[in-house]
Amino acid sequence: MRQFFNFVKKEVYHITRDKRTLFILLAMPIIQLLLFGYAITSDIKDVRFSVLDESGSTASRQLVEKFAGNKYFIHYSDLHSYDDIEREFHKGKTKLVIVIPSDFANELQHTGTARVQLLADASDASEASIVAGYGQLIISDFQQDLSKNETIPYRIHIEQKMLYNPQLISSYNFVPGIIGLVLMLICAIMTSISIVREKEEGTMEVLLVSPIKPVYIVLAKAVPYLAIAFVNILSILFISHFLMDVPIVGNIFLILFLGILFIISALSLGLLISSIVDTQRVAMIISAVGLLVPTLLLSGLIYPIENMPWLLRAISNIIPAKWFISAVKDVMLKGMGFEAIAFECGILILMAVVLLTISIKQFKNRL
Amino acid sequence: MAAISINNITKMYGGESPVKALQNINFEVNHGELFGLIGPDGAGKTSLFRILATLLLPDKGSASIENLDVVNHYREIRNILSYMPGKFSLYQDLTIKENLEFFAGLFGTTLDANYEFIKDIYVQIEPFKNRRAGQLSGGMKQKLALCCSLIHKPSILLLDEPTTGVDPVSRKEFWEMLRTLRNQNITTLVSTPYMDEANMCDRIALIQNGQIMSINTPSGILDQFPYRLFAIKSNNNYHLLQKLKDNSEIRSCYIFGEYLHITFQDNRPIEIHGTEMMEIKPGIEDCFIELMDNGSNNN
Repeated sequence: MRQFFNFVKKEVYHITRDKRTLFILLAMPIIQLLLFGYAITSDIKDVRFSVLDESGSTASRQLVEKFAGNKYFIHYSDLHSYDDIEREFHKGKTKLVIVIPSDFANELQHTGTARVQLLADASDASEASIVAGYGQLIISDFQQDLSKNETIPYRIHIEQKMLYNPQLISSYNFVPGIIGLVLMLICAIMTSISIVREKEEGTMEVLLVSPIKPVYIVLAKAVPYLAIAFVNILSILFISHFLMDVPIVGNIFLILFLGILFIISALSLGLLISSIVDTQRVAMIISAVGLLVPTLLLSGLIYPIENMPWLLRAISNIIPAKWFISAVKDVMLKGMGFEAIAFECGILILMAVVLLTISIKQFKNRL
Repeated sequence: MAAISINNITKMYGGESPVKALQNINFEVNHGELFGLIGPDGAGKTSLFRILATLLLPDKGSASIENLDVVNHYREIRNILSYMPGKFSLYQDLTIKENLEFFAGLFGTTLDANYEFIKDIYVQIEPFKNRRAGQLSGGMKQKLALCCSLIHKPSILLLDEPTTGVDPVSRKEFWEMLRTLRNQNITTLVSTPYMDEANMCDRIALIQNGQIMSINTPSGILDQFPYRLFAIKSNNNYHLLQKLKDNSEIRSCYIFGEYLHITFQDNRPIEIHGTEMMEIKPGIEDCFIELMDNGSNNN
């Protein structure tokens, strides 16, 4: 046991001496969180719209006011002819054009139905559909305002409600994802590199010839990174909760428990990589391409797993981050208890045990 | 019983066109002996060290350290053995003291407990004990590496090219340290490509192309040199070498620094114009080349 702690102490020296890497390890999660939360957001915000109002009536102005008054929309310009529409879109500033025909007020008054055209710039398809959908909501809102005082016999009122994340704020989704991504990066890449470095620099030969058991070498490498990764979870949760107002509905200790399970499985993955490669460069490439990309794309962090073809859905099952992210979402956003995530926990433990066993078995006693 | 005994060790590398790294190596190293394995790069020195250090498995033959078989009893051997690989570079970002404490801890001991054992060498680098290993000179690094190898009081010390890339003064100091280790009853097997270091060993083995050419004391090896050896010098040694190589009276001719070393057919020296010539005693390198030539002639 003393041999083991002696080894851990050495690893701590390695990590703390390399100040730049240590800073990156501690700051990276925060930077990624801010990037995903603020910069790379898929929320719509400050959507510029233009108006072609051929009606010029009180009703049409009220509709435009309704849009301009909404905090997600900004009244950008007024157009005067149909030709202006294309020109305006080409400038690329406006995302939505509201066309109000000349008979708008008339029709509305006399027949009770009027037509409004919404033209959205669908060069970014998902943004366009969100913008158009939101525009429709505002118009139906406007319709309700108008019909407040009148009684229309058959009206179907559709109310959509988004559960758990009513404003569809994407950072709620990203926080568990980023925890998963960052932990995968730090645990897998850093541990694999730190072991492979010993092979490259020739110190591994001396360690092998010493009486220390391979399992101690492997575990001692993992312990300091477990601590760093745990600090990262805490900093991500702290910033997302207090700075980005992400709710933490569930039990915080359950989230931390999940985090530790995930860290252990990511560490085991790193150890496995280090036991099969011989240079830091290869370890880096395998960790980045073999772990980072699948974690980004197949864990449900960016693309919903449900929409993937069956093959990718099947592959996503072997990615630890997938199980971790779905369990953290259940606890953090839905406030579910341990029973709800027991299955995910079981899978993470199973992965860690299998990976650890293989990497310790793979770890050669000789060269 | 010998401290290290090697019986018919053969090691091959490569799949399709295997290379014989070691062929039927046989020798023994006695207790407390400073034994040198002398040979150029690629002779098989490192392969042999790795087999003895329980890191490689031999294809044929067996070896034992303190009567423990290197294949079956590798765990026990790892407790009594110390191995310093050729490219051993310590942990650059750890200080001298931290390196020593780590390697002591690796063997379940401490720096304080074994301080006396390494004291002679350690005092030379102790003033810099809080300096990182990466900032040390080559000579100091080797001293530190030797301290780290000795910190657990091994009975067998395997040093693979410890002086390669170290300046001549540090090399000399290093060898003097190795000689004092004999008083502490440590058996040392050391390899080097530098022929001049052979004289510091109790016994040496000359190795070339995976085969041992000769095993003897350094003076024994020199005594076996079968010819009269002459050193010769001219204004243009290279030109002279070309000329002498074609001369049938000359047995062998090699450039050694500013001299050419030559032997003559039937030991009959001939006069060579425009040169100074004198008879000299052979060095280990002369013996090595002679053995190498003999080997290739016989083949």
